[in-house]
Amino acid sequence: MDVIELKKTANEVRKGIVTAVHAAKAGHPGGSLSAADVFTYLYFEEMNIDPKNPQKPDRDRFVLSKGHTAPGLYSTLAQRGYFPVEDLKTLRHIGSYLQGHPDMKHIPGVDMSSGSLGQGISAAVGMALSAKLSHEDYRVYTLLGDGEIQEGQVWEAAMFAGHRQLDNLVVIVDNNGLQIDGNVADVCSPYPIDKKFEAFNFHVIADVDAHDFEALAAAFKEARETKGMPTAIILKSTKGKGVSFMENKAGWHGKAPNDEEYAIAMDELEKAGEALCQK
Amino acid sequence: MSEVKKIATRESYGHALVELGEQHENIVVLDADLAEATKTGIFKKAFPERHIDCGIAESNMMGIAAGLAATGKVPFASSFAMFAAGRAFEQIRNSIGYPHLNVKIGATHAGISVGEDGATHQCNEDIALMRTIPGMVVINPSDDIEARAAVKAAYEHVGPVYMRFGRLAVPVINDNPDYKFELGKGVVLREGTDLTIVATGLCVGESLAAAEKLAEDGISVQVINIHTIKPIDADLIAEAAKKTGRIVTVEEHSVIGGLGSAVCDVLCEREPVKVLKIGMNDMFGESGPAVKLLEKYGLDAAGIYQKIKEWNK
Repeated sequence: MDVIELKKTANEVRKGIVTAVHAAKAGHPGGSLSAADVFTYLYFEEMNIDPKNPQKPDRDRFVLSKGHTAPGLYSTLAQRGYFPVEDLKTLRHIGSYLQGHPDMKHIPGVDMSSGSLGQGISAAVGMALSAKLSHEDYRVYTLLGDGEIQEGQVWEAAMFAGHRQLDNLVVIVDNNGLQIDGNVADVCSPYPIDKKFEAFNFHVIADVDAHDFEALAAAFKEARETKGMPTAIILKSTKGKGVSFMENKAGWHGKAPNDEEYAIAMDELEKAGEALCQK
Repeated sequence: MSEVKKIATRESYGHALVELGEQHENIVVLDADLAEATKTGIFKKAFPERHIDCGIAESNMMGIAAGLAATGKVPFASSFAMFAAGRAFEQIRNSIGYPHLNVKIGATHAGISVGEDGATHQCNEDIALMRTIPGMVVINPSDDIEARAAVKAAYEHVGPVYMRFGRLAVPVINDNPDYKFELGKGVVLREGTDLTIVATGLCVGESLAAAEKLAEDGISVQVINIHTIKPIDADLIAEAAKKTGRIVTVEEHSVIGGLGSAVCDVLCEREPVKVLKIGMNDMFGESGPAVKLLEKYGLDAAGIYQKIKEWNK
């Protein structure tokens, strides 16, 4: 897929996020939108997966450690053909399979249930270890929030992954700089993120523009070529990316747009999509 | 008179893992820097490549176990009960229980019979914690034979299982040729008519001895061994209540939320009778030799006998 196609797809993913969260009247648009491009890149370019066979044994695995950004993952899975895009409107509704946080038991394409911060990375490390133990080739990707890395378990997992030299593991940190209570730097600073992962024996690719597909392609290629240690990709991203009034606002971490805000957001995304089609 | 054979159920755990490891390639044993004490070191010796020491990081260990299970392995995650069920409760609940992953948790050093390490290491709350997690099987074997059988049953069961083992060597009480371990099935070890003791873990042996003594006083006591606390054998417990009336529960665990509570859950719905719960009352343990602690807290045969005598007045 070329960059324009990826951008168009990511724009559709963003529409799905806004639509799902609006329909749910709850959910987490900010961090879903900041990660929309990396979700798109992973599922449309990077990972060995098959939407028709979600349980394919040799597939690459993805664990959404920052599980609250499920709308981003679901919208991407829907775009990729795991389930109908129309179903996104049932997010968080009673009886829907699209639970508020990822549920591997009921959602096609979800490799691990997650939502309690700090836990997904451990499961991803377990999957990477599993592949090593049985000499399988699949790779494991996990996406963490920058606020999430305040959880101590993240560093237990990182220590283990570095120690075991799990070079089939890619830990992605979505550094949008904001968490519920404000700037991550003000709440309880996780910086320097790159040096922390380096200290845990990771190969670190820092300051990657999360909204530049060429930069993403280069980073994941470098991760793939890195042997003998796990890779951490630190993405510099914009929370709420693609919806002007949500961008860089901690308030949009876990809030649904009302009808009026929804209309404005969708209009912006429609226009962004049209502009991409003219390229 | 020959000495009664005594083995700690943590030893049984280590040996059973080796037997399973020989039969099944997909078994991976995890530990958190306690392999010597949990006895997974026995497995490590036989299968070093399938023994993963996670270091002192139980929360991460449970997550790693979840990831291994999600990719087809059968992990046995091992630590002391305090750190497995206690520290890593939420990881077990959310990363193992909620997705119903096929993880086996081997928790050793449960209860006050940990001994000298004292209250920080004496977990009297793990049964209560684990049995509230939907879909979690909770097993607390009474001796070496039952513990080995339980580990195999845990492997055969698809889904999360919590196994509770002890540090203290306890008498072998199930060494009869008819012994059979059935997950979720209680075992009547002694028939009686006046009351029924429902016991679990090392308290089963102590309860049998107490029942002998009570018989000398003319009290006919039935003894049931509940090795599987969840799912509990509700039919057997309700039948016993119908037959003998009063029920006494005995466990090396808090009387809040453990076997006693699980039995009361059954009885108040099915066959309401008076229940005496013997266990750790709302209190922490302390340092001391295990046998002395069991004596002090009334969980040995003499203590159980005395409490029942008083209750029976």
